[in-house]
Parts: sequence; C-alpha cells; structure tokens
Amino acid sequence: MTTDAPHIHVEQLTMAYGSNLIQQELTFDVNRGDVFVIMGGSGCGKSTLLKHMIGLYEPAVGDIFYAGRSFNKTDDAGRFQLRREWGITYQSGGLFSAMTLAENTALPLQQYTKLGATEIADIVAYKLALVGLAGYQDYYPSEISGGMQKRAGLARAIALDPDILFFDEPSAGLDPISSQLLDELILQMKESLGATVVIVTHELASIFAIANNSVFLDAETKTMIAYGDPKQLREDSSEEKVRRFLARGKSGNGSTA
Amino acid sequence: MSSAVARYVCSQGPEQSTDICFSGDWTLDAPAPAFTTLASELEQQQNRTLRCQVDDNLEWDSALIAFLLQCHNYCLTRELTLDSSALPDGARKLLALSTAVASLEIAAAEPKSLLERLNPSAPLLRLWHSLEAALEFIGSVSLALGALMRGRANTRLTDFLNFLFEAGPKALGIITLTSFLVGMILAYLGAAQLAQFGAQVYVADLVTVGMLREMGALMTAVVMAGRTGAAYAAQLGTMQTREEIDAIVTLGISPVEFLVLPRLLALIVIMPLLVIYANFIGILGGALVASGMGVSLTQFLEETRTVITLTQLNVGLGKALVFGTLIALAGCYSGINCGRSSAAVGEATTNAVVTAIVFLIVADAAINIALQNMGI
Repeated sequence: MTTDAPHIHVEQLTMAYGSNLIQQELTFDVNRGDVFVIMGGSGCGKSTLLKHMIGLYEPAVGDIFYAGRSFNKTDDAGRFQLRREWGITYQSGGLFSAMTLAENTALPLQQYTKLGATEIADIVAYKLALVGLAGYQDYYPSEISGGMQKRAGLARAIALDPDILFFDEPSAGLDPISSQLLDELILQMKESLGATVVIVTHELASIFAIANNSVFLDAETKTMIAYGDPKQLREDSSEEKVRRFLARGKSGNGSTA
Repeated sequence: MSSAVARYVCSQGPEQSTDICFSGDWTLDAPAPAFTTLASELEQQQNRTLRCQVDDNLEWDSALIAFLLQCHNYCLTRELTLDSSALPDGARKLLALSTAVASLEIAAAEPKSLLERLNPSAPLLRLWHSLEAALEFIGSVSLALGALMRGRANTRLTDFLNFLFEAGPKALGIITLTSFLVGMILAYLGAAQLAQFGAQVYVADLVTVGMLREMGALMTAVVMAGRTGAAYAAQLGTMQTREEIDAIVTLGISPVEFLVLPRLLALIVIMPLLVIYANFIGILGGALVASGMGVSLTQFLEETRTVITLTQLNVGLGKALVFGTLIALAGCYSGINCGRSSAAVGEATTNAVVTAIVFLIVADAAINIALQNMGI
C-alpha cells in the first residue's frame, strides 16, 4: 500500500444510469483525515456519487482508487479487505428492520472478525453507548425515533473502527439541535478514530462546522464546478452559483441577489 | 355574492397595441372562457403588444392567472409583448412568479420509423433479457447453496427458523380450510358421476388419489404463493427501498446468501410437510361428503387403504418440493429486483404471485406429462 497516495482518488469518473448521464469527468482527491463534503443542489447526483464511492454502482467511465487501489479492478478478496475499512450510514437509515439494534451493530463484527458472542455483545454495548443509545440493544429500528435511528446507523458504521466513514445526508429530517449533536459526534469519531470522512449534505451549517474539503456538483453542466475548502469557496469561488449556494442565495460579495 | 360571467373584451388600444379587458368572476367556481378562442381572435390582429386591462368589478383567483399564463406563453412563441402593468398587484406578482423559470423544453421524440415501431425482435429481445436475468439469479442461488454446503455462507439459522415458523405453523389455519373444502369438492364431483354406475364407494379412491397426486400439492402451493411468496417479495422490496440491501452489500455480505437462502430453504422444508397435512385433511373432507351419500366412514377408509401407496404420496411430495422452490424463487427474485419506490414494491408483489402461479401450473403440467410417459 502506498502511503503518500491520497486516501481516495476519483479519476475522470462518469456516472450514468443506462443512457441517462448523471455526472461526468469528476476528478478529485480526498486526503487522509479530511472531512470531505459532496454538495450541490437537489437531484444533481450527490448520493449517486457516494454510491459509486462505496462500490455499489460501477462507473460508466473512469475509476476510483483507495490509497492507490482500484475497487473495481480488485477481486472479491480484495474488495472484502477494502470494505472492512469502511463505515457507511444511509440516507434512509439502512438499518435492518427485522433485527434489533444490537443485532444490527453486531453484524459487521460477526462478518469481519472471529470474536465470540460475549465479546461482540461487549463491543456492541460500547458502540451504542458512544452514540448515546446505551441500553437500547433490544429495540427494533421501528421502535425508536428518526434521530435515534441515525445514531444507531452510526453505531453500526463505526463497529469496526473504520478508516473511512461515508455519510449519506446524515442530518436530513433532524431538528437543528439533533443535527448539531450529530455533527459533533461525527467530528469526535473522526478525531478519535483518525478516520477520513466523506459526507453528502446540503446543510450549510454542517458544511461550515465540519468540512475542510469539498466538491460541488452542478446539475446543469453535469460536472463538478468547484473543489476545495467550502469556507474559501464561499469567498472566492469563480462560480457565482457556488458562492450563492454557500451564502444561502446571497451572492458572495455581500450584495443580495 | 354577485356572480358575473367571466369575460374579456379585445379592442384596439393606443400605439399599435391590443387591449384585453377582463371583467366578471374569474374564479375557480365559475367556468372561464377557453384560451383557444382568444388565441384565434388574436390571430386576426397585427399589433405587437397586448395590454391587459381590468374592469373594476373583476373578481379573480387562480383561474385568471392560469389564463394569463397561457397568454404569456402565447406571446412568447409569437414574440409579442405582454403588458401586465394594469393588472391587480397580486395577480401581476403571481404571474411574474409563475413565469420566472422557463418552462422545461421537452425535446420532441424522434419519430420512429414504422419498421422500428413494429420491430418484431423487440419483445423477443426483452424476453431474452429477462430470461438472462432470471438465469443469473438462479445461478447465484446455486452458488450460494454450494457455499452453504461448504459451510461458508452468510446464512443465519435464526432467520431460517423464523421463516420456517412463518411459513409453517402460521399457515396451518388457511391450509386446513382450503384442503378440507377441496376434498369435499372432489367427493361431490366424483359422487355424481359414480352414482350413475352405483359405484359410490369408489369416491374414496377418487378423493385419495386426487388429493395425494394433484390437489394437495397444487392447492397448498397456490395458497403459499399468495401468502408467503407475496410476503417475500414485499419484504425484500421494502428492504431495497430502505437501502437495507445496499447496506448488506457494502458489509461484504451476499444478499442471496443472507436473504434468499433462508427463505428458499424454509419453503423447501415446509412445503412437503404442509402437503402431507393437506392430504390428510382433504381425505377427511371427502369422507364427510361420502358419509352423506351412504358410504360409511369404515367403508371409505377401507377403500382408501387399498389405493394409498407410497408412490402416490411421493408424487405429491415431489411436486411440493418443486412448487416450494418456484414460489420462493419467484418471490425473492421480484423482491431483490424491485425498484426504489413504494409503487415498485406493490408491482414486485403482484409479479411474484402471478409468476409463481403461472410457473406452478406449467410445472405441474410438465410433471404430469412426464409421469404419464414413465407410467407412474
């Protein structure tokens, strides 16, 4: 494994559903330890990009490299190894509704480690406590609130102390306080695990609170039109659209649009 | 409330413009004039500007704005100017808002040639693609079964036991009802014919052989397709919409091993057991009808004993295995390939039941023809 390669490198990626082009010619790096935000208006392909990055969809053109290794060109054993290092939360939760929170969180541990049942139960208890759900082991996802489901999803995502954390709209549908708490939780996870974080979101508050790198996807030109630290992009992006997005509709230079 | 008819009047305005004066009740409660009549009136005039005017007694709501929007679009295509400054403040703002974003230009679909539209290979090609997908699914199920045999599949025993319970004990009530009635129906059907020869006692043979070879397995399968096959499709379809299947894949777990195998195996195990139970209940139903026709229970059972053979039972059980596999595969295939909306889940469920029942009948016919030729 080459250590100086960026943690994730997206190379000339084109995404399409059949003949329907979503985004094309995306090239960017996510460095080790970054909190990287994928942003853009609704329906521009943010979640689709994330699903490409976690290997669910195959690129139409281009490739994605993780510390220099291509996911699409590795065999099953190599993919298994790469996935071991990822923690993912989904837009709609993605918790298995037929399993309790404990079983949900235990699943990656059963899948990737040789731990016994009692050791797994201990780790599950610890992970649930980390996200503020201590004692909720035997609840089913449908029995807890939306914010708790998001946190349970986070517990499952961090079960294996991942290297890369992927979040698809983590704070969608949460009230401002819960979503701020979730942001803090994500930052703490990142710092204590030393993980790289990739987030799909359009919540400005989250973007400025946690991100240090970002890419902006545009639905009209079907490609990325900005790349870099969102705070800087707000001030001096060459694209009016990006400045307006980041300044919440006000154009970047203080005058209202 | 005064209700004046909604109307407009066109007249020559100053400086080469046409005035359209709106008056009356332009509201959703009253019929508004059709825009096409105005359009044809406007065709007659040469002015490049249309000025909207309003009468003092104008009542308006969305009906007026919808009409104005058509005027706006008309002017846009003819490159005329629409002067809306005389409209009430609210109406002007709403019109401005609804015209702020240009309407989506829908590219005219390329006209397809006659040959392309009638292309006889298109449905064949679609059929081929769906056949390919189905074969791929069956292939991955076989691979997963292989992995399971080697003890390396991600299939959880608790899931299997759950589905076993769902498909077995919980289905007993409805299986009891349907097979009892089917046994009765068979008996009635036979009794009417056999009575002509004074051979009522052979009703027992008819019911027993009919249940064991055919109706026991088929009726149970139809009930299970509607009950369990549909449930499988709905469960997996919902998991697809809630990104649960994505989560399974990204955990490095094969959805076929994790989700399909426990369901498939549960049905394969439970179907023969349910069929044995259905056979028993069906024969009881037949006996009840026969006793009403002068065939005593002892006579009935004595006659049953002569035709009940292991071969007959095995034919039914063999069918049960095939049917169980078909139902589970149809349900799981539809569920896993479900789209990501709630409408798609409904579609997947319908598909699962329809496919399962069609395949059940086709398979049943094929098995019967094969057995006939083998002389079993």
